[in-house]
Amino acid sequence: MRLLRQTLALSWMGLATLPRRLGSSLVIVVGIAGVVGVLVSLLAMRDGFEGTLRAAGRLDEAIVLRGGSNTELSSHLTREDATLIAQAPGILAGADGRPLVSAEVVVVVNLPKKSTGTDSNVQLRGVGPQALALRTQLRVSAGRVFTAGRRELLVGRGAADQFEGLALGRTIELAGEPWRVVGHFTSGDAHDSEVWADAASVQSAYRRDGYQSVRVKLTDAGAFTALRAALAGDPRLEVDVQRTRTYYATQSQRLKRLIEVLATTVAAIMAVGATFGALNTMYAAVAARRREIAILRALGFASLAIVAAVMIEALTLALAGGMLGAALAWWAFDEYTVSTLGANFSQVVFAFRVSPALVVDALRWALAIGFLGGLLPALHAVRAPLTVALRGR
Amino acid sequence: MKYLVLVLAGLRRHRSRSLLTLASILAAFLLFGFLDGVRTVFGAGTDTYGLDRLIVTSRLSLIQPLPLSQLARILALDGVAAAAHANWFGGVYQDRRNFFPNIAVSPASWLATHPEIGLGAAEREAFLTTRAGALVGEDLAARFGWRIGDRLPLEGTIFPHRNGSNTWTFEVVGIMRATDEERAAFAGELLFRYDYFDEGRTQGQGTVGWYVVQLTDPARSNEVAQAIDALFRNSDAETKTQSEQAFNLAFAKQFGDIGLIVSAIMAAVFFTVLLVTANTMAQGVRERVGDIAILKTLGFRDGTVCALVVAEALALLLAGGCAGLGLAALALPTLSRSLRGQLPPLAVGVDTWLLGLAIMLGLGLAVGLPPALGALRLKIVDALARR
Amino acid sequence: MVELAGVVKRYRRGRQQIEVLHGIDLRIAAGDFVALMGPSGSGKTTLLNLVGGLDRPSAGTVTVAGRRLDALSGTELARWRARHVGFVFQFYNLLPMLSAWRNVELPLLLTGLSGAERKRRALIALQLVGLGSRAKHRPGELSGGEEQRVAIARAVVSDPKLLVCDEPTGDLDRHTADDILGLLQALNRDHGKTIVMVTHDPKAADYARRRIHLDKGLLDAVRAA
Repeated sequence: MRLLRQTLALSWMGLATLPRRLGSSLVIVVGIAGVVGVLVSLLAMRDGFEGTLRAAGRLDEAIVLRGGSNTELSSHLTREDATLIAQAPGILAGADGRPLVSAEVVVVVNLPKKSTGTDSNVQLRGVGPQALALRTQLRVSAGRVFTAGRRELLVGRGAADQFEGLALGRTIELAGEPWRVVGHFTSGDAHDSEVWADAASVQSAYRRDGYQSVRVKLTDAGAFTALRAALAGDPRLEVDVQRTRTYYATQSQRLKRLIEVLATTVAAIMAVGATFGALNTMYAAVAARRREIAILRALGFASLAIVAAVMIEALTLALAGGMLGAALAWWAFDEYTVSTLGANFSQVVFAFRVSPALVVDALRWALAIGFLGGLLPALHAVRAPLTVALRGR
Repeated sequence: MKYLVLVLAGLRRHRSRSLLTLASILAAFLLFGFLDGVRTVFGAGTDTYGLDRLIVTSRLSLIQPLPLSQLARILALDGVAAAAHANWFGGVYQDRRNFFPNIAVSPASWLATHPEIGLGAAEREAFLTTRAGALVGEDLAARFGWRIGDRLPLEGTIFPHRNGSNTWTFEVVGIMRATDEERAAFAGELLFRYDYFDEGRTQGQGTVGWYVVQLTDPARSNEVAQAIDALFRNSDAETKTQSEQAFNLAFAKQFGDIGLIVSAIMAAVFFTVLLVTANTMAQGVRERVGDIAILKTLGFRDGTVCALVVAEALALLLAGGCAGLGLAALALPTLSRSLRGQLPPLAVGVDTWLLGLAIMLGLGLAVGLPPALGALRLKIVDALARR
Repeated sequence: MVELAGVVKRYRRGRQQIEVLHGIDLRIAAGDFVALMGPSGSGKTTLLNLVGGLDRPSAGTVTVAGRRLDALSGTELARWRARHVGFVFQFYNLLPMLSAWRNVELPLLLTGLSGAERKRRALIALQLVGLGSRAKHRPGELSGGEEQRVAIARAVVSDPKLLVCDEPTGDLDRHTADDILGLLQALNRDHGKTIVMVTHDPKAADYARRRIHLDKGLLDAVRAA
């Protein structure tokens, strides 16, 4: 109890004199703000990417691909396959009584990216008539849905933002034919990066006779097992079926791991630098108060209380730095939209996502740096022989 | 030069602090080396690598196939020395996570257009005569411990085999060795014969993913590229032809605005280092007010004293910075090797060194000048009295 | 050698102006050894700083070896100090991270001498003060008396005509102080150095040829020692 009171008194003294040592104290704050800012930014990128793909996946929705294919692009299903799949059990019926199934054809088209002006792979998805009923998260935000049989496009919000020529009413050339943008949609997931059209139109323009995937809405999440068993048991079909949740999670894995490695490496190297900076500062702070500390010790303050007070100062500064860094990262990057090449060989548009959990995670780094930076100088402060310290020149 | 002793002595005055500062500078420049290496890969386009070859793809998109019939017409064009064709296979070895590029290529013409692929005469001969033969890059071979004569099963994720299974079997007939580190992407790839591929697949026979065109003269790159595209304009398979360099760059750019993110990180790092170092230097000078006063008493001129203080900052930055960049230069090739096939080769180039040195000098001045000017204003009489 | 006429020195302390010296007239001949005495705050050190060219008077003239110091700029003063005056301080003021000979070498860095020549001269100066064998030691490894000898070696290494000493024995015991003062006396007697020494120790002043008393910014009396 006495220790606590001493610690509090000393911390208060230390913190009260902080403004006088503002310059050197700022080193800790800024150093750690740098580490946390970089870490939060990179992890926000990871979370944004992963979240965008995860949101596209559901437990009560399944995607059927040709057996052995990892992605829609490498898959191919015939019309017969699509018909057979639609008859499988476990599929929810729509308002009109027909199963909620969408056989989709996916091609990659070249569109210039606004930020760089260079061609990017954009996914053009030809969907069946039930596609919008199937994806309940999707809303038409402007214009209307394409008309079956026409060369019309419904464009995801992310795609419209990132690529040239997708404004409402514009006409672009795809497969040598003019296509008109008649609507925009938002779905808050990976579909936002896509351009949609009627499946039959895409098939005829690109001379395709089959599909890449068939998407089905399940009666409930548990119906998946029955569907999988039925498809596996049908000798006419050679297909793989996954919940879309699983499918999209797999797609984000490689990039997610890459960003994680990058973020951790960069942050670790920076953290080393910031720790040295903190050590420097705290050594200087302790050196400047050497006599003061010696006098306190001579007066009978416990060494432990002095160590604790120095640590509290370091940790307070570290926390301030961490919050500053997180705030900067949030200010600069939250909702910052970029796009990258996803696993399906086409662009995924996503926004950085600075979440509270991420900030808490990064603050742990900040505190660790503060702890390391404070501990050695604190011990140093109380290890100096009293007589020497008191005489201190 | 004779003042070097004084500079070193100044740094030794607080040995541990100088070392800590040195270490944080080292960390920052290590990071700078890494990041600038990556940035250069995504940004530049200044090097000449990949200017003597053209890549011909479908105008519609990278994945749209082109008919093989175009090859003869391309070869007939003036300025074309040779042309090869290729198709992405997308096969998986054992597990999806074992990703590596595997590509079906026209064997003889591919080797002719890619002289950087180092092969023994026997290996070359074996590849040209073995139908299911495959060449594996040295890094890839090392990764899975493959040797010549091994039989490799790959699961065709895009192309099922016409025999009803997804499994394609290849025989390793050669290990491709890098002869030029700048062009070593193939070290992580597997190449096999297009005829074997075309015969085995169930659909799309007679189509290819892209052509590689070897130019007679790199200077005619634009002209030939336009000629090729003109050849197929308004046909069923329009083409888009660009230099291999432009193709790689555009592809890299698809991964996102890496340059911006990297620049932001670098800015954060340098701001941090600047502050940490500036503070250390300022502390150092403050504590050495007495020493500086002595030097001034002895008749050292203000300019000299200033220069000494700046030199200390520069010495720290140059030592830490060069060590950091040097470390990055040592580590990057290793890192780059492990990423071959996914990124162009990474290295700490001359540009990075020059930029790094400029930053060291700039930071040195920015950090050293304020305390140096403080030393300038220092009044000897006051300073000595304070001791 | 040294000539001060009507020297006034004022300092600004916060808002106040404080006049430390109120009009000093003083002549010190070449080859003299003067002890400047007086109580704390009398302006001894201020006067010494003016003589040594560390500071400039607010009014009046300071002439040393025929040179008007009050008219020189900061840079010119620095160059002048490097050639013409050697300093010895109470707390030695050696650079702690340099060895003894490197400390002595410092003033020579300002000359065009080669490294070998600088070292040779530094070692000679150290021998002169009896520390030839301690050349490689750092100040922290030397006793107070030895440190002060190094400082004296540094003061004479560039062969200035004038030595300015501020309480050179203030931090030393009697016995060591006598050694140091003997050394200064020898430099005055055998090498013709003009020495101005501030001290408040009458025993130290005994080594000088004459004493000058300063009180409240005025010369009190000038007596032959």
